[in-house]
This record gives sequence, C-alpha cells and structure tokens, in this order.
Amino acid sequence: MKPVKRKSTTDAPIKPPVKHHETRQTKTAGGDLVDKLHAYRDHHAHALFSSLGRLVATPFTSIMTIAVLAISISLASGFYITVINIQQLTANLENSNQISLFLKDDVSNEEANNLTATIRKNPSVQAVKIITKEQALVEFKAYSGFGEAIDVLDKNPLPIVLQVFPKNTLKDKQELEALFKTVKNLNEVDYAQVDMQWVERLQSMVEVARLGTVLFSVMIGLGVLFIIGNTIRLELHNRRDEVMISKLIGATNAFISRPFLYTGFWIGFISGVSAWFIVAILMLILRDPVEKLSGLYEGDLHLIFLGFTDTLALLLASSLLGVFSSWAVLLFQLRHTRPE
Amino acid sequence: MLKFDNVSKRYPETGDVLHNVSFHLQQGEIAFLTGHSGAGKTTLLKLIAVMERCSRGEIFLDGQCVSHVKERHLPFLRRKMGVIYQDYKLLTDRTVFDNVALPLAIAGFGHAEIRRRVRASLDKVGLQGKERKFPQALSGGEQQRVGIARAVVNKPPLIIADEPTGNLDPELSAEIMLLFEQFQQVGVTVLIASHDISLISLMNHRVLKLDHGQLIL
Repeated sequence: MKPVKRKSTTDAPIKPPVKHHETRQTKTAGGDLVDKLHAYRDHHAHALFSSLGRLVATPFTSIMTIAVLAISISLASGFYITVINIQQLTANLENSNQISLFLKDDVSNEEANNLTATIRKNPSVQAVKIITKEQALVEFKAYSGFGEAIDVLDKNPLPIVLQVFPKNTLKDKQELEALFKTVKNLNEVDYAQVDMQWVERLQSMVEVARLGTVLFSVMIGLGVLFIIGNTIRLELHNRRDEVMISKLIGATNAFISRPFLYTGFWIGFISGVSAWFIVAILMLILRDPVEKLSGLYEGDLHLIFLGFTDTLALLLASSLLGVFSSWAVLLFQLRHTRPE
Repeated sequence: MLKFDNVSKRYPETGDVLHNVSFHLQQGEIAFLTGHSGAGKTTLLKLIAVMERCSRGEIFLDGQCVSHVKERHLPFLRRKMGVIYQDYKLLTDRTVFDNVALPLAIAGFGHAEIRRRVRASLDKVGLQGKERKFPQALSGGEQQRVGIARAVVNKPPLIIADEPTGNLDPELSAEIMLLFEQFQQVGVTVLIASHDISLISLMNHRVLKLDHGQLIL
C-alpha cells in the first residue's frame, strides 16, 4: 500500500479538533438542505426498488405468500361485489312496487278493461297495466320453458292480471295499504298480491349480507395482517446480520425498518392487484350466465365489476395492511434485537 | 476524548470481567489494549460500542456519557466511532462498495459524495479496483481491510479495533498500523486491542494492559 500523498477526501476534514470536525462533517452531509433531501429521496427510492428486487430474487417464496394473500383478499372483495350486485337488483325492484290483481277466471277482457278504467280513477294510482290471458300465455311460453306443457292443456289456465302501480308508493305505506284493501275487495279480483313484502325481505337479507361482508372483510384483513407480519418477521430473521451490523454502524431503527416496510408494501400491493385480477376473471366467467339468467326473469341486470373507487380502495387497503403489519412487527422485533 | 471512570462489568455467570477500570485517552492518541485471552479486552471494547452496558462506573466519549445513553440517542453516538471487528462483520450479500458505503448511507449522504468517499477510503486501505467484488471473493486480509475502510469512511473521531491485524501478514499489519498513525495525525483517537506483542513493541504508543479484568499501568 502506498503512503497517501494526494489530497484524499478521507483525511482532509479531520485536521481541526473534534468539534470543528463534526460541524464540517454535517456540513458536507447536508450543507444544502436540498442535497440532504435528495439523498433522502434517493435512499427511499433505493429501498423501494431493492425490496422489490428481493421479492423477485426469491420467486417461489414470494409467489406462495402472495398467492395466499391474493386468494384471501379476492374472497373478501368477491363477496363484496356479489352483495353490490344483489343490491343493484333489489334497487331496481324498489321502483316496481306494485299490486298484482289476479282476476277471477270468468272475467272477460272487456270487463277487465272496464275495471282497469275504474281503478285508474283512484287518486293513489299512477297507472294500471292489463295483461290479458293471451299475452300471459305468450310470455309464459317464451320465458318459462314450460311452453310445451301448456300446449297439452286444452284451455288457457292463466288468469287476467292487472298490474296496479301506485303513486309515491315508498313514501306512504298506509296509502298503499288502503289502496291494497280497496282493490283486493273488488268483485272481479280473485287474489291480490303486493310485491312489496318480498322486496323488503330481500332487502333486509341483503342488509345482513352486507354486514356479513364487513365482518368477513375484517377477518380477512386480520388474516392478511398476520400473514404479512409473519413474512416480515422471517425476513427480518434471515437478514439478522444485516440488521445487527447496521445497528452497530449507527443506523436508527427507522433506517433499518425502511426496506422491510417497503417489502410489506410490495407484498400487500401485489396481493391486492392479484386479488383484483382473480375477482375480474371470476366475474368474466360469471357474466354471461348471470345475464342470461337475468333475461329469463325479464330483468336487465348487468353485472357490476369493481369500479374505480373500489379498485383504489382495494389496492390502498391491501398496501396499507402490508405496511402496517410490517411496522408493528418491526417495532416489536427491533427493540429486542441487540447487537452481539 | 475517551474516559473510563471506575468501570466494572459483571456477568451473572462469570462474575466481574472488568474491575474498576479507569483511563483517559486524549484526542489524537493511539493506545494498545493488551492482555491474555479472557482478560476483558473484548468486553471493554463492547462497552465503548454500547453492545454491553457497564455494571458500575461511567464511560465518557467526547464529554458524552456513553454508559447511560438513551436507546434513541444510541445510533448517533455510534456514528462517532468507527469499529473494526475481529470477524469483520461484513454484509456477504453486498459488494465491497456497498459495505463501505453503508455508514454514509446511514448518515444520509448523497450518491456523489458517497461514491467519492468510498473510493478514497478503499484507496487508503489498498483495495482500489475491488469495489464490485463480494466479501467472500476476498482473502481474510482483504476483508479485514474492507472493515477498516468502512470504519474510517465516515471520519469518526474515535476508531476502535479488535485484533485488526489478526489475519494479516506482518507486512500488511505494519501497513495497517501506519494507516492508524495517519489517522492519529489528523486528530483521530485510536484504540487497538491486540496481543501481537512484537508489533506493539515496535511502535511507540501507550499500552493499556488488562489482567483479569484490572488495568495494570
């Protein structure tokens, strides 16, 4: 080794007494606040990409962990989107609060028309739609799949149906009730039915399902928290030497934590993205059958996919879960890691 | 600069490893710490690096009490000393450059500054051109010198070395000692634990001799 003659940076600023030396050092470290900020940003960027690099470097382990997380998260978000779709269905039904009047078999079309006109005069009625026996038969044949069975019968068994659409049905239940009583007691009416009841039941069922989704998501979230936490704990264990050495060289816990926090972020984020794709693929598979089914019921249900806000929330939640669980593990573990 | 004031270290299993050790190293002083194995050399160094806390007495570094430093101030205290370990303590999955750059990254230096200082530091220990190598591809002596480069790259006011010449041939050992003297000349305090008697006697520096945990002056 040559004795160093040239002006080497290593020994240049050490000449004055220690205090000077220190001020000099901090000056070079960040005489410029901008320099220091740049260094800080560079360090973060490095931690961000190196932690991703580490995940890629151990593909098998990473994929296993992320697969477990992605499937769990997709279960929760799949459940959520199912409930959203059912809700959409019942929301449509809300507008169709109607009273169906099944007329007696001996009522003719003409009588039915007269009745329709009478009912229309009622101030609480918005509209009345008549479905004649013949129309009903055509519809029944087209949609029920029992068309051939009907052909066997020599007489059309379907009754005339009057669909009564009340005004502002939702606001005033009593009015609806009163109207229902009036039309039900008409002579020509064999059976009257308010479609309201089952809509209400369905809605409260959906409400329960919604609450179920929330609870389910919380459980899944906890699961994700523990899985990522454990992954980070193992990672911390594998990189124990690095942590020790960094501590000995004067790294703060924040410095040591940074790459691990980013690892947690990446695991959460990638799992969230994968979960999104899983849900999207499942929904693409389900879309055609569901829409066909909906068509059979004369519905116009179009499957709702995870929207922009939902997607954003999904990614944000999974990333934050990753960061948070890593943070919690690091907080606990680093305190108990002492250099030896 | 570095002051030990009646420092004792007791382990529950073995009793007192250090007993009432007092000394004071001035700034820019080199001292050797010697003694038979088990005399407490490593323990003494561990107390300075706060890998252990002393049972009694106080240690001051640069006027700051080391022995009772709070956990959150510890990292900043450690940045004031460059420690050279007997087992090098290098990161095997990082290049020589990254190893030496670590203290600078920790202290928040920018890229350009880090590159400049790491190069200079590696030059000093004669490892120029090995920046991209991984520690395992280097000989024991070279790894030791990477450890030295890392200890000095941040220009700490105190350098502590635990058997820094243990894996070096006499020629290299002498060069390393010369390097320490260079640091001393610019005001750095150096404490070297060693039992290389011939080397110590060759150089005319203060010697702190430990015998069964007690300092013999």
